[in-house]
Amino acid sequence: MVEVEIAKSMAEEVKLFKTWSTPFGLRVVWALKLKGIPYEAIDEDLSNKSALLLQYNPVYKKVPVLVHNGKPISESLVILEYIDETWKQNPLLPQDPLEKARERFWAKFNDEKLLQSIWGVFAKEGKEREEAMAASMENLKFVEEELKGKKFFGGEKIGLADITFGWLANLICVFEEVTGLKMIDERFPLLLAWIQEFSQHPIIKDAGPPHDKLVIKYQALYEKFHPAK
Amino acid sequence: MLKSEDVKVLGSWSSPFVMRARIALNIKSVNYEYLEERLWEGKSELLLKSNPVHKKIPVLIHGDKPICESLVIVQYIDEVWSSGPSILPSDSHERATARFWAAYLDEKWFPTMKTIGLAQGEDARKAVIPQLEEGLVLLEEAFGKCSKGKPFFGGDQIGFQDIAFGCFLGWLRVTEKMNGAKLLSEDKTPALLEWAHRFCSDAAVKDVMPETDKLAEFSKMIMAKMRAAATPKS
Repeated sequence: MVEVEIAKSMAEEVKLFKTWSTPFGLRVVWALKLKGIPYEAIDEDLSNKSALLLQYNPVYKKVPVLVHNGKPISESLVILEYIDETWKQNPLLPQDPLEKARERFWAKFNDEKLLQSIWGVFAKEGKEREEAMAASMENLKFVEEELKGKKFFGGEKIGLADITFGWLANLICVFEEVTGLKMIDERFPLLLAWIQEFSQHPIIKDAGPPHDKLVIKYQALYEKFHPAK
Repeated sequence: MLKSEDVKVLGSWSSPFVMRARIALNIKSVNYEYLEERLWEGKSELLLKSNPVHKKIPVLIHGDKPICESLVIVQYIDEVWSSGPSILPSDSHERATARFWAAYLDEKWFPTMKTIGLAQGEDARKAVIPQLEEGLVLLEEAFGKCSKGKPFFGGDQIGFQDIAFGCFLGWLRVTEKMNGAKLLSEDKTPALLEWAHRFCSDAAVKDVMPETDKLAEFSKMIMAKMRAAATPKS
């Protein structure tokens, strides 16, 4: 009886501020679910941010924010490392420092290079779009190379890098549908296989927002970036 | 256990990111071989081989294994040479805070500072200064919370946040000098002003912190090259 009470009170102490569609928030959802951590999700309306969000993330005023025992943590990669260090089951990072460094390197690569280049294809026009496409192909080649001989970036199990690259599994198809541009094609067989493995994982499968809803959202955004002439 | 002679750092004397790796190794009293890249003369074979993805410095080579990205390197150093003084705090919330501010510096503050170099005209340059000052006021506040009355963000000794921020002090001073501005000041950032002196005098830092004048000369040379590259050739 006492154990249940303790478990309940601990469960109430994890809150996640996000939006329904943010891929950065979804990363944190995946991490929490992979570790079986109960949490309360608060979906924000970014056009009308809650007082709590502004209080918890005064520097950026952005989602996601994890609040654990009343203490806020911002920035998705910082949150992921915090989660991994606080709840030790199903580790997202390996023990070996070199392997850890590798996971962190690729997580950064996704956020600073891959995401930017693919977003450029989505959002830009003309020469800028061509350059973004060329950069995206280069970046995807590096990622493909990294998957050689591995089921996941983390090896046999999903790790930090997989979670960070995870948006490729549910958002790239949305971008491809909306733009009519194929980005991950047969030139990237390992990446395609990884997308299958990752999206079919029992925890990942039903955790994300519905595909159709994402298409509507990104279609609207695409039209804003590329107004009909 | 790999010998210390098996540690190399590929870097450049002017890079704040390279400083991070060297300060971390100094804190741990690790002997290493420093290889200066002459970036304006083209990148070395070793650099291209060790960091094929970014082709950038710093690279730490431990044994034959390269590790890239300055903050990834610092954490690697902290974890491998675990018997030396700790660089990251032991409390997980404090670690998250340290990482948060390091990310803020790399993704927001320093990129803003770099725009001064390419800003056209005095007015454009002056417009950047208040943005940098705002960021420093945030960091002053963070220093108060993290240091808890002690000399460094990391407490009694230099830690992750000190390294992540302190490495930019050379370029901060150059920016002040070349724009006639005071970024760190008595009235807005008194604690950071003192922290900056302590950081630069620390044994782990003083031999790797570039001299402001040398950095200023170097900065003028780069800016001249960048403007020449941006000017259409007739």
